[in-house]
Amino acid sequence: MATLNLLQAVNDALFTEMRRDERVVVFGEDVARAGGVFRTTDGLLKEFGEARVFDTPLAESGIIGIGVGMALYGLRPVAEIQFLDFIYPGFDQIVNEAAKMRYRSGGQFTCPMVIRAPYGGGIRGGHYHSQSTEAYFAHTSGLKVVIPSTPADAKGLLAASIRDPDPVIFLEPKHLYRSARGEVPEGEHVEPLGRARLVRRGEHVTLVAWGAMVPVCERSAEEAATEGVQVEVLDLRSLVPLDVDALLASVARTGRLVVVHEAARTAGFGAEVSALVAERAIEYLEAPIYRVTGYDTPFPFALENDYLPTPARVLDAVRQAVRY
Amino acid sequence: MTTEPVLQAKTAGVPPGEASTGLSLAELKHLYRTMVRTRALDERGMNLQRQGRIAFYVPSTGQEAAHIGSAFALRADDWVFPSYREPGIALLRGAPVRELVLQLYGRDLGRTRGRQMPNHFAFADLHLVSISSPIGTQIVQATGCAMAMRARGRDQVAMTWFGDGATSSNDFHVGLNFAGVYRAPVVFFCQNNGWAITLPVDRQTASTTLAVKAKAYGLPGVRVDGNDVRAVVTAARDAVDRARAGGGPTLIEAVTYRMGPHSTSDDPRRYRTEAECETWARRDPLERLRHDLEGQGAWTQAQEDEVRAAARDEVNTAVAEAEAAPSPDPRDLFEEVYAELPWNLEEQRRGLLRPGGE
Repeated sequence: MATLNLLQAVNDALFTEMRRDERVVVFGEDVARAGGVFRTTDGLLKEFGEARVFDTPLAESGIIGIGVGMALYGLRPVAEIQFLDFIYPGFDQIVNEAAKMRYRSGGQFTCPMVIRAPYGGGIRGGHYHSQSTEAYFAHTSGLKVVIPSTPADAKGLLAASIRDPDPVIFLEPKHLYRSARGEVPEGEHVEPLGRARLVRRGEHVTLVAWGAMVPVCERSAEEAATEGVQVEVLDLRSLVPLDVDALLASVARTGRLVVVHEAARTAGFGAEVSALVAERAIEYLEAPIYRVTGYDTPFPFALENDYLPTPARVLDAVRQAVRY
Repeated sequence: MTTEPVLQAKTAGVPPGEASTGLSLAELKHLYRTMVRTRALDERGMNLQRQGRIAFYVPSTGQEAAHIGSAFALRADDWVFPSYREPGIALLRGAPVRELVLQLYGRDLGRTRGRQMPNHFAFADLHLVSISSPIGTQIVQATGCAMAMRARGRDQVAMTWFGDGATSSNDFHVGLNFAGVYRAPVVFFCQNNGWAITLPVDRQTASTTLAVKAKAYGLPGVRVDGNDVRAVVTAARDAVDRARAGGGPTLIEAVTYRMGPHSTSDDPRRYRTEAECETWARRDPLERLRHDLEGQGAWTQAQEDEVRAAARDEVNTAVAEAEAAPSPDPRDLFEEVYAELPWNLEEQRRGLLRPGGE
């Protein structure tokens, strides 16, 4: 085990998977010579050379579109989009092409590629360096959507995504790149997709979160404990495929659910989580389902801390659920 | 081949004989047969839609020399990324007509499994990549595929087809730009058929030609008479050879004409003149190749009758087979969304199969 931060863990996963499988190629804007604007791809060019690690022209539809072509041919492309906010020129290639290739060709062609993108707020990045738009991708059949919140998961889930036979949107909570530190297994480490992580056990309320909201929920849980409320925290880790069993089991234990995400509330992935619980576990619920989310506004610059869910806002929802 | 666009497409036939293009008579006859087979499929496809037997059809009539001649320059192990208007590529590369017709009916259970509209073929064994409806997406994919070929040290080439409308799309610029930067072994084959549904090419771009656009990306751009199969093969071979030899990508603009509508969903009389259609009908690429063969004393009326009858029979047999073929099973709806069926799709499938749904 080594102690790494989240971006070092991403880097470790890329090194490990590139050594393991020569079909893995890494590309994007400023990823090769500079090693990425966050340094997640640092050192790859030196070890693997420019045939497998290369800088691209500034066009997200090109980055993703060439990835589709490479995946069709049999490579395992790992494309980096510098910030999730910039991914939209490539949206067509993701949702209409990569996501649909297996289905529309009757399984004759597949598109096993990973699209990595730092996402989320908390870095004073304003609207165009802060958004959490995972729901767009989770809504699209044919894609998987994976979001780690710890260094160990960043490594294990990225490895699993690279080995996955289908296209994966891999969102990295940039707010945690340096702040999240933890033990990471050395060498090959694969964390299967579609399994939630039970972060903390508790009997009164379930907090469901992903990415940078997981540590926010953990802090709320610690605070709640001082008030005698035992909070369970579930990190979904992948929105698609979703670990519905872990979700329902937790709600069955606690009888109360608060869903927390940075993304805007309306039609956010929290709505899907809420609907699933309402459909399948309503008999266990002792309170309404609450959502603590970003607001239905553009992501603000100066008022970022008012926009993002905080431990205090989450704690309010926990208290409401308990008092209901 | 010049790297400058030729401003005027050559409309007269090239001199007869093999020396001018390196095409043997056998090759020319093979090209002609494939063009006739493609035309026969086209005529029947349009009729089947008019009769309400298939949902939709995209005709390629008038563009056979362009798309079949260009594909003729490739090896079997090269990869092709067509749009929906090049059925002759599949036929040339060996796809049976029955498979194409089954696809038109949504009953090609061993291929696209009825998952796409007519004309959106996919043949993995022919390296013919699944066809999309959004315009231009295949251009950048072909570039990526070609980059992968080079990365793996292979001497394969990728070729992609698109229309004049696609030259306005994002993926055209991005695909040519990336290919230029990485010198990818890809050939961009633009069929300038004059019309993007209702929009004429002079409203698509202020550029004097489409081929000239290559210049901005540092690649050769050539313009060729797309109704002259010899000229098309020559231009395509030149580009393919250069790509294979490591000389990078080429943009070819083939000047041709969409003699039919964009698809079965539009009426060209609303946006173009009868006179224009008549002018281009006189340049029909099948007629031109047939005159070429006849001029060499290599084609008789009996051969013509035989080829046309065989093409018609082949399509008729395929239609009869497709009409009797089963449609996909409802449970197939959920397969191949992912490599493995996730719980939600498994659950939805059970709901569909249970009387009364959910």
